[in-house]
Amino acid sequence: MINQSYRLVSPKQIRCELVDEPISYDDVIVRPTYLAICAADQRYYMGKRSTDILKDKLPMALIHEAVGEIVFDPKKEFAHGTKVVLIPNTPVETDDIIKENYLRSSYFKSSGYDGFMQSLVVTQRTRVIAYKNIPDRIAVLFELMSVGMNALEHFESYSHMRKQVLGVWGCGSVGFITSLILKKTFPNAEIIVFGTSEAKLRYFQFADEVYLIDNIPPDLRVDHAFECVGGSGSEAAINQIIDIINPEGSIALMGVSENNVPINTRMVLEKGLTLLGNSRSGYEDFENAINFVERYPEAQEYLANIISDEIVIKNVRDIDEAFEEDASNDFKTIMKWEI
Amino acid sequence: MIYAEILAGGNGRRMGNTDLPKQFMILGTKPIIIHTIEQFLLDQRINKIIVCCPKNWISYMQDTLKKYIPEENNIVVIEGGATRNESIMNGCKYIKENFDLKDNDIIITHDAVRPFVTKRIIDDNITVGLTCDAVDTVVPCTDTIVECKKGDIISNIPDRAIMYQGQTPQTFKIKKLMKVYESLTDEEKGILTDACKMFVMKKGKVKIVMGEDFNVKVTTMHDYKVCNAILMERNK
Repeated sequence: MINQSYRLVSPKQIRCELVDEPISYDDVIVRPTYLAICAADQRYYMGKRSTDILKDKLPMALIHEAVGEIVFDPKKEFAHGTKVVLIPNTPVETDDIIKENYLRSSYFKSSGYDGFMQSLVVTQRTRVIAYKNIPDRIAVLFELMSVGMNALEHFESYSHMRKQVLGVWGCGSVGFITSLILKKTFPNAEIIVFGTSEAKLRYFQFADEVYLIDNIPPDLRVDHAFECVGGSGSEAAINQIIDIINPEGSIALMGVSENNVPINTRMVLEKGLTLLGNSRSGYEDFENAINFVERYPEAQEYLANIISDEIVIKNVRDIDEAFEEDASNDFKTIMKWEI
Repeated sequence: MIYAEILAGGNGRRMGNTDLPKQFMILGTKPIIIHTIEQFLLDQRINKIIVCCPKNWISYMQDTLKKYIPEENNIVVIEGGATRNESIMNGCKYIKENFDLKDNDIIITHDAVRPFVTKRIIDDNITVGLTCDAVDTVVPCTDTIVECKKGDIISNIPDRAIMYQGQTPQTFKIKKLMKVYESLTDEEKGILTDACKMFVMKKGKVKIVMGEDFNVKVTTMHDYKVCNAILMERNK
């Protein structure tokens, strides 16, 4: 089958490439309906990765957050038109201990391999999950939510039992979804969000408290913390957490940084802190994300609030517009995929 | 009901050093016509796909389908006509004889040698085709069009902003298309090589949907080489 792949060939240059797509009996073909732009995609688009990385990974179709409809299933297990969420992580082996998203052999769509910005997505049938009764424009946030679910599972496995006060650093999309998941999962815990934008913090109405990072009460302490900042803000955020967190607390690291981050390891040792690395998500995390939204319908309303922009995509110019708009949006930019 | 008709009726000009009709030449990993048919198979709204090809190539076409799309039984191969419009009409007659043809039934006709047609273009043809009598797929004209009615003297240079280049698919209400064709004189049938033009000449309303620059027709060896060159592999 000939497919159209909308690949970033160099910063801000997306080109439609025609791809001779092999289809195996274990694959399904999905027509994407909604795609969402992630900060990682935006960094590629704007050329904010190192020259070596760009040279190594491009040309590549961006986007790893997408939902769509089944248009072809050779085994006829999925009915035509079934709504599915697409899973970007693709394992090539199984492991009894290590999760699929941490296996070094797994490959990830839109990181070295084509992402979902294609007319049709040919993918393994084990990399899609059907959903119902959830609007597509909300369902496109499942991937982001699955990342939160992955962090939650990790946190529940390794953190001590006292969970009276949980702090979330970062008032972007990851911080929003993580704190929403924590609020529902630990209804008796106090969820406090720390951010740099008063305007964005106003969206976190479900949280018990919100604070600007330069205006935190001196005696405030948290039992555990989630760092959802990333980038150049990682260092300040992690070190502030180390200062504020109670002894033997866990710090779930979720923000991606291009550079090494110097942190106060002396205090990590003195307080006996646990740093938990979290990255991406796997099949079960997606299932948990779907279950979460089905279980807490009100979460759909909050998720809808962080869709800053919805842009209908009919050609490459529209894709450029979406990325340009996204650069100045507070939260998520989603693309209604009609190309 | 929605039908698709893949027009592979002509033997065409000899391309390169082979007499094999162009639609059977390999593009990437498969014959051109298989790539084309696959795009139509992805739209479940299409009830039947009719492939029109020259009489001598019907068995070859059927074997090609068996080889590349063995489990698909929604495709039928019929004989094409002497002209493009006759081939389209053969498809319409086949539908009339084998199905319960209704007023609103449409046929999406497409060149077998335009393998880069997209799902979006087919979807748009169906969606718009269900609401009007005829649909043409076009792209904005990039070159200036020059009209010469008499030899080498320019009679007109139309405003490029309102000029489009026709591609396929073209989509029609089947009954209306048959009626228009039957109303043509033999002379008109000889001149009107484009089915949408028949509707326009008979004062019918033909809507347009946007094609793609890459929805090219593989006509010459140059086209074939370019198409093979631009076709890429999946990077996983």
